[in-house]
Amino acid sequence: MKFRKLLVSVACSALFAAGAQAEGLKVGMITTLSGGGAGLGIDVRDGFMLAVEQSGRDDIEVVIEDDQRKPDVAVQLADKMIQSEKVDVLTGIIWSNLAMAVVPATVAQGKFYLSPNAGPSALAGKGCNKNYFNVAWQNDNLHEAAGAYANSADLKNSFILAPNYPAGKDALTGYKRFYEGDLAGEIYTKLGQTDYASEIAQIRASGADSIYFFLPGGMGISFLKQYADSGVNLPVVGPAFSFDQGILQAVGAAALGVKNTSQWSKDIDNATNAAFVESFAAKYGRLPSLYASQGFDTANLLISAMGSADVADQDAFRAALQAADFDSTRGDFAFGPNNHPIQDIYVREVVQEGDVFTNKIVSVGLEDHGDAYASDCKM
Amino acid sequence: MSWILLVEQTLNGLQFGVMLFLMAAGLTLIFGVMGLINLAHGSLYMVGAFAAAAVAGATGSFGLALAASLTAAALAGVVIETTVIRRLYDRDHLDQVLATFALILIFSEGTRWLFGSFPLFLDRPEFLAGTVSLPFGIEYSKYRLSLIGVGLAVAAGLFWMIAKTRIGIQIRAGENDREMIGALGVDISKLYTLVFALGAALAGLAGALIGAIQSVQVGMGEPVLILAFVVIVIGGIGSIQGALVGAILVGVTDTLGSFLLPKVFSLFLAPAAATSVGSSLASMAIYILMAGVLLVRPKGLFGGA
Repeated sequence: MKFRKLLVSVACSALFAAGAQAEGLKVGMITTLSGGGAGLGIDVRDGFMLAVEQSGRDDIEVVIEDDQRKPDVAVQLADKMIQSEKVDVLTGIIWSNLAMAVVPATVAQGKFYLSPNAGPSALAGKGCNKNYFNVAWQNDNLHEAAGAYANSADLKNSFILAPNYPAGKDALTGYKRFYEGDLAGEIYTKLGQTDYASEIAQIRASGADSIYFFLPGGMGISFLKQYADSGVNLPVVGPAFSFDQGILQAVGAAALGVKNTSQWSKDIDNATNAAFVESFAAKYGRLPSLYASQGFDTANLLISAMGSADVADQDAFRAALQAADFDSTRGDFAFGPNNHPIQDIYVREVVQEGDVFTNKIVSVGLEDHGDAYASDCKM
Repeated sequence: MSWILLVEQTLNGLQFGVMLFLMAAGLTLIFGVMGLINLAHGSLYMVGAFAAAAVAGATGSFGLALAASLTAAALAGVVIETTVIRRLYDRDHLDQVLATFALILIFSEGTRWLFGSFPLFLDRPEFLAGTVSLPFGIEYSKYRLSLIGVGLAVAAGLFWMIAKTRIGIQIRAGENDREMIGALGVDISKLYTLVFALGAALAGLAGALIGAIQSVQVGMGEPVLILAFVVIVIGGIGSIQGALVGAILVGVTDTLGSFLLPKVFSLFLAPAAATSVGSSLASMAIYILMAGVLLVRPKGLFGGA
């Protein structure tokens, strides 16, 4: 009975859609807006809303909620958004442990999920779903590029560390997948840890020739400040997360010269990116971060899909998302068979421009890079 | 693993411990003397760090930044004591938890409104940059060594104040029998405000000192607050000695645990699994310590009979 009703309503809306402009769309954004990781969520939100505003469409409604970086809160918010807000698409989650708590249930209920950040390996391989799209990266990607860079920079004995949570494990796995040298040590730290004296002492004693670390947000600031003061002067390589616009000012000169890998940088040379950087800075009074670019791209992907299909017609809307027919700030962008990005990943260097610390691209780390889990994905 | 590394890690644990003591001392004074659970203690730590970062940014002086952190946190303490906390002394702990939790939210949003969501920059003073050579070839961070010194000096000062000064006598008396010292003519409400401001200033000092090597950001106080509660549970509520011993126990256990446990597991597990299992167990180490202490002494190490 219910199913027939659904069919009828789908058919009706498809009829309407064929004639006029597609119906509007409701987006539920669950992201981190308070506490230690708030800068990331705020940048995703601001980038997303900038794209919605620039599209000039008034038929996109965005409901925004703060998950406080707590998995239980995120699950509650997702239930609320699906059941009482009746959103069509969910997005916004920053942290992989929260994504693991929310995404499987969301797509199982027939909603679309567009990830503007977290890309845990479990959702890229066997746990993939046709309604789950990642518009940022698979978690391993940036770390794989860093491993490749370490080889080209002739680093042979890296000490590697990351927090003990899904993205941290993906990070070190990704680095080791491409890195060919030896490991001087491998440490998993606590998520949210802010004192790295113990780890730095171990690095000092390990005989390493370089350090690779993945410590997003405030964790990375603490590590770098303490590292710079420790007298251990080994070259540091990292993914963009610890060297991004939002935190570089707080790290200060301690980060100068560090090589980091990113799928986005403010100096990627294309018209979309130039316009994005300029309009973001004009609207919010700060330079955009990679998180902002990911939020911006996520919204533009969604808007591009709305242009050619109605969200009520799930198959058509899914095909429109898969086509990724939008101008990405990153330049070339396509989805692989598991709905994860295929894109270039750059090596950047932290530089000082006037009194602002920022990044400039020095080389391309990996070209048209997909991920290692796509072959496990059956959908 | 060389013993030099072990000594260095023990120093790291000690440094972590004395900083925890600055937090826990204020918390335990307020709990011991006034019987109040103050969840907003971590916010005062954050206030101290932000005040220091703002003043250091404007003047470039670390000394002024420290003074600002003490002043700002003590002032914030006085303001919340006279406006909110004062109404809570006679309520039960649940009301206190609820009200002080609300204060956390207000402080966090207020700080975000004033300073924005992105972390601020606070640098340690230039003369404490780099490392110092200790005997036997140990290289240790000058700044961390001076943190240990400052922490121990503050601890000594607190002990002296509690044991020898008039205000210390009043504080100890207030812990035991607040009606009696009221009857003896001590202005209880002034005493409470003073104790609260002192606790707040200690938290603010800890925030500023730690802010110089970590990130100064909204929400920085909450993880430390949880550890500070663990410290006073281990040490015994209301006891300054307990806070010091508990803090150093927690600091050393946490640091050595996260350093040694993965190594222990790597003796019989593959490296990746060993670091993962060892690290997970290390994050539990202080709670296991707390449970162990409570089994033997339910009121904590210095928690009276």
